[in-house]
Amino acid sequence: MDRPYGLLAELTYACPLQCPYCSNPLDLSRYGDELTTAEWQQVLDQASELGVLQLHLSGGEPLQRRDLTQITRHASALGLYTNLITSALGLSAGRAEELRAAGLDHVQISIQADEALLSDRIAGTPSFQRKLTAARLVKKLDWPLTLNVVLHRGNVDRIARILDLAEELGADRIELAHTQYYGWALRNRDGLLPGRDQLERAETVVRAARTRLQGRMEIIYVLPDYYSRHPKPCMGGWGRRQLTVVPNGDVLPCPTAHEVPLPRASVREHPLAWIWDQSPVFQAFRGTGWMPEPCRSCDRRELDFGGCRCQAFQLTGDAARTDPVCQLSPDHELVAAAVRAASDPAPGPSRGAGPALIPRPHPHPRPQPRPEPHS
Amino acid sequence: MTEPARTERPRLAPHTRLSFDRARQRHVLLTPEAVIVLNDTGAAVLGLCDGQRTLAEIVAALEPGYREVPADEVRQFLGHLAAAGRVDLADG
Ligand SMILES: C[S@@+](CC[C@H](N)C(=O)[O-])C[C@H]1O[C@@H](n2cnc3c(N)ncnc32)[C@H](O)[C@@H]1O
Ligand code: SF4
Ligand code: SF4
Repeated sequence: MDRPYGLLAELTYACPLQCPYCSNPLDLSRYGDELTTAEWQQVLDQASELGVLQLHLSGGEPLQRRDLTQITRHASALGLYTNLITSALGLSAGRAEELRAAGLDHVQISIQADEALLSDRIAGTPSFQRKLTAARLVKKLDWPLTLNVVLHRGNVDRIARILDLAEELGADRIELAHTQYYGWALRNRDGLLPGRDQLERAETVVRAARTRLQGRMEIIYVLPDYYSRHPKPCMGGWGRRQLTVVPNGDVLPCPTAHEVPLPRASVREHPLAWIWDQSPVFQAFRGTGWMPEPCRSCDRRELDFGGCRCQAFQLTGDAARTDPVCQLSPDHELVAAAVRAASDPAPGPSRGAGPALIPRPHPHPRPQPRPEPHS
Repeated sequence: MTEPARTERPRLAPHTRLSFDRARQRHVLLTPEAVIVLNDTGAAVLGLCDGQRTLAEIVAALEPGYREVPADEVRQFLGHLAAAGRVDLADG
């Protein structure tokens, strides 16, 4: 059996922002009983033993965990490549230096737009200036800087300006990733999904920028799967390369599988190696044996693994169906209808606005994070 | 493709890390998203890419066991990694 390369550690679902595209689960009540520092350290030991080489520290907002430095130091000592995925809120100068010293390899800061008004409106909290300060801090400490931007109807027309900002900040890489429709993003889909015309413009801008910035800044552009003919090879296959540990210790083959109806597996009850090798949740969609038609007899079944199980579940209620994004899926109309609605909006002056977006709420009953001092 | 010239001093890109994968017993170059599997020669070459040595010096500094590696092959290997953003070619 393949061994996993990457562990996504979702340390907490607490977060000071309220992005309406947040892929975190809607119901956060089950995840408040978070793993302790010692439990995370054990998870890292077991993951490294199992073959994991990359650790992604995420959430929620990982900086909300006061023990982030300790966890990072432990991972570094194991030789793991450590990557912090953060909104940057809470990345004060002191905190950053501490993490640098603990061996953190790489920082990815998400920004919502190229300017404060829109960025803060999307984030639901004044945060744009703090993100810029933190991005400059990352560069000052000589860390590689990757910016993450989740693209949607409300910011996809601004890619050129977002790239200008990235250049000004000295980003080494920028990941422009179209929204994936899980969690709050699915709830807000009709207001987030861009139109076909927007996508075509975006691709032109990205192509030109790649040429212009060649050798200076790497641009990673993740296409929206709703507009693709075939689904994405989700996670490189279920239980094949990656695993996710969520704040309460549950282990999932992918970071959006919380609601897929499979038996839970927790690091509090089983060793990680058993969970990877034998747990029902990891076995469920491994390989191709579970596949229905049209996947079962399709040439692409080893390329895209039938697409995303979570998306199949969320759209059809059955995780074992072909991903409806696929044009060969009998459920494709579910996706096609959403794309049509986004691309041919009702006539009127409201073109572009779409339905109002519901902000992702703060989790309860965990107390509100205390404000970080500005640096 | 941008192959290193003789005067360039290749250096691993800052977001990469050379490592040994104990579970699978092989050398790897790690980046946030990718794991690039290296053979022993590749790992030895990258271990010498410190931004100080030129290509010629890297070839000369290879351990006796790898000495027969032709400079052209090393240049090509580094050129591929440079094109993928894994190696920086700083002119010196
Ligand atoms: C869930 S967030 C957690 C880390 C941190 N709170 C942040 O937002 O940067 C992890 C990464 O996923 C991105 N993200 C969040 N929701 C997404 C969605 N629906 N589709 C694609 N990317 C998403 C964020 O921008 C961030 O880069
Ligand atoms: S609300 Fe935004 S910042 Fe917070 S976890 Fe979700 S995507 Fe990250
Ligand atoms: S039918 Fe299944 S395997 Fe074939 S392209 Fe569609 S999702 Fe992939």
